[in-house]
Amino acid sequence: MSQQVAASASPQSGGTFSSGEEVRTRTSKWIANQRRLAPWLFLMPGALMFLVYVIAPIAQSITISFYDWDGIGTKAFIGIENYIELWDDEAFYTSLYNNLLWLVLYMLAVPAGLLIAIFLNQTVTGIRIYKSLFFFPFVISQIVVGLIFSWFYAPNFGLFTKLLEFLGFEGIAILADERFVTYGIIAAGLWPQIAYCMILYLTGLNNVSPDQIEAARLDGAKGWKMLWYVILPQLRPATFIAVVVTIIGALRSFDLVSIMTSGGPYGSSRVLSYYMYEQALSEYGFRMGYGASIAVVLFAIMMVFITLFIVRMLKDERGSY
Amino acid sequence: MFPAPVANATAPTRIAYKVALPVSLLVWLLPLIGVMVTSIRPASDLAMGNYFGVPSSFELSNYLSVFQSTPMGLFIMNSFKVTIPTVIGAIALSCLTGYALATYRFKANLWLFFMFVAGNFVPFQILMVPVRDLTLKMGLYDTVTGLVLFHVAFQTGFCTLFMRNFIKALPSELIEAARVEGVSEFRIFWYVVLPLMRPAIAALSVLIFTFIWNDFFWATVLVQGTHAMPVTGGIISLNGQWVAQWHLVSAGSVVAAMPPVIMFFLMQKHFIAGLTLGATKG
Repeated sequence: MSQQVAASASPQSGGTFSSGEEVRTRTSKWIANQRRLAPWLFLMPGALMFLVYVIAPIAQSITISFYDWDGIGTKAFIGIENYIELWDDEAFYTSLYNNLLWLVLYMLAVPAGLLIAIFLNQTVTGIRIYKSLFFFPFVISQIVVGLIFSWFYAPNFGLFTKLLEFLGFEGIAILADERFVTYGIIAAGLWPQIAYCMILYLTGLNNVSPDQIEAARLDGAKGWKMLWYVILPQLRPATFIAVVVTIIGALRSFDLVSIMTSGGPYGSSRVLSYYMYEQALSEYGFRMGYGASIAVVLFAIMMVFITLFIVRMLKDERGSY
Repeated sequence: MFPAPVANATAPTRIAYKVALPVSLLVWLLPLIGVMVTSIRPASDLAMGNYFGVPSSFELSNYLSVFQSTPMGLFIMNSFKVTIPTVIGAIALSCLTGYALATYRFKANLWLFFMFVAGNFVPFQILMVPVRDLTLKMGLYDTVTGLVLFHVAFQTGFCTLFMRNFIKALPSELIEAARVEGVSEFRIFWYVVLPLMRPAIAALSVLIFTFIWNDFFWATVLVQGTHAMPVTGGIISLNGQWVAQWHLVSAGSVVAAMPPVIMFFLMQKHFIAGLTLGATKG
């Protein structure tokens, strides 16, 4: 009886049955099968959504990149012409270069986060508030971060300009200068990213084995040696996640470029995602195919990292099975 | 503990540390503090070049005028309309998927899991053209619903990773015992596992709330008009109108940033637990 109730509470048995006999056979069949069926029923809604909105669009992006399409009319197949055009497109190289710059410089968030975490890993009174406030930049939207830094960099009165003048340099309009604009935006991006890495390392430091530290101290290790040989190996999981989220963050950079410079001046601060957006959706184009081919390049870069990540996870999972 | 506790250090070191803390915090948050002070400055201060001194008066009216002369209230409402259903939807779906991937052994299990993980790491901008097209075809372009559907789907990837690892860490004896008793799979999920997932649900809720509230890209790609625009997209359009009216830009920014900040301070423990998942185990 309780099994029948159980079965009717499950999502499978929706229909009404004609006879008691049928109820019994169906129910027992369901019980026999449910261990096999259940995972698929649980997975279905989520996996379906994910397939439709994430996995299929990746494939569609690749397909669209072989077409000339304005987003409304008919698609015209043009083979690899979009990619040939990319090959000679100077704006594309600027964006690609900037993306690589983002990747490399964004990595500074990892050691910087570690440094702040070490600085804050104490037990003095009020330290919890300090930790939360240091973490603060991560909670606010990148749009707001962008506005804050636009104001910080503003020529004439911006805090940064004042600081330069105070130090005896001439003020620079960072965001209007092709030489510095990408560095300026990356610095703004580093602010929340450092906070993120810091919190990862704070949690990691919290879980470092005290016994090992004591043992190492007795052996005379301290300072850099302690950090390098005793602490960092134990922080490896935190480092791994910090690196992963920083790579993802660097490749996803869009918001800051959009709010701070709109890719300017003269397209010098564009990144791939922003250039793609410009080509596909802004007044310049509605060139969906060309935009998609830029997306494919971005995807290819990310795929390198995703593969590395999955390989590592596969190792972990094999170990735990 | 590393580094060695300051409490054991010499007196000068202790004092130096106590001084260094607030000073470094001040430097760290300098841009933010600047904006907060600017948000309560009267416009005349900025006109007279008083950017960094003490504001000549506290103008809370900047905030008032942000709400009165712009659709800021509507933008905020839209953000809630997008964020709350997304949180509920993504968490509901990922409780199910996470449970399936954590408790059943079947061939495709690991590969499905990797699909969620890999999809979640994709620079989501590459989905732009197809997702916008799909949303247009469904007649949901420029609506809150269209935005919510995409967010739910995309966040399910991250949430599944999270939930699956969380459930996997639960003692499997609980589920085995219930199975021996003949409890149906769905009831095991509902009555045995779900109650234990509360901390994971709490952690994910705060995280997803913040992620979605702060989303800008999809808001601009899937929404056009004011009527469905969330606050991140809204503030950009206001930024265009308020050229160099930094007191209004600042007040608007503070307003837009507020809900996730409040959420963070109220649920800090859960937030950090969610964010640092996996940062401690090998």
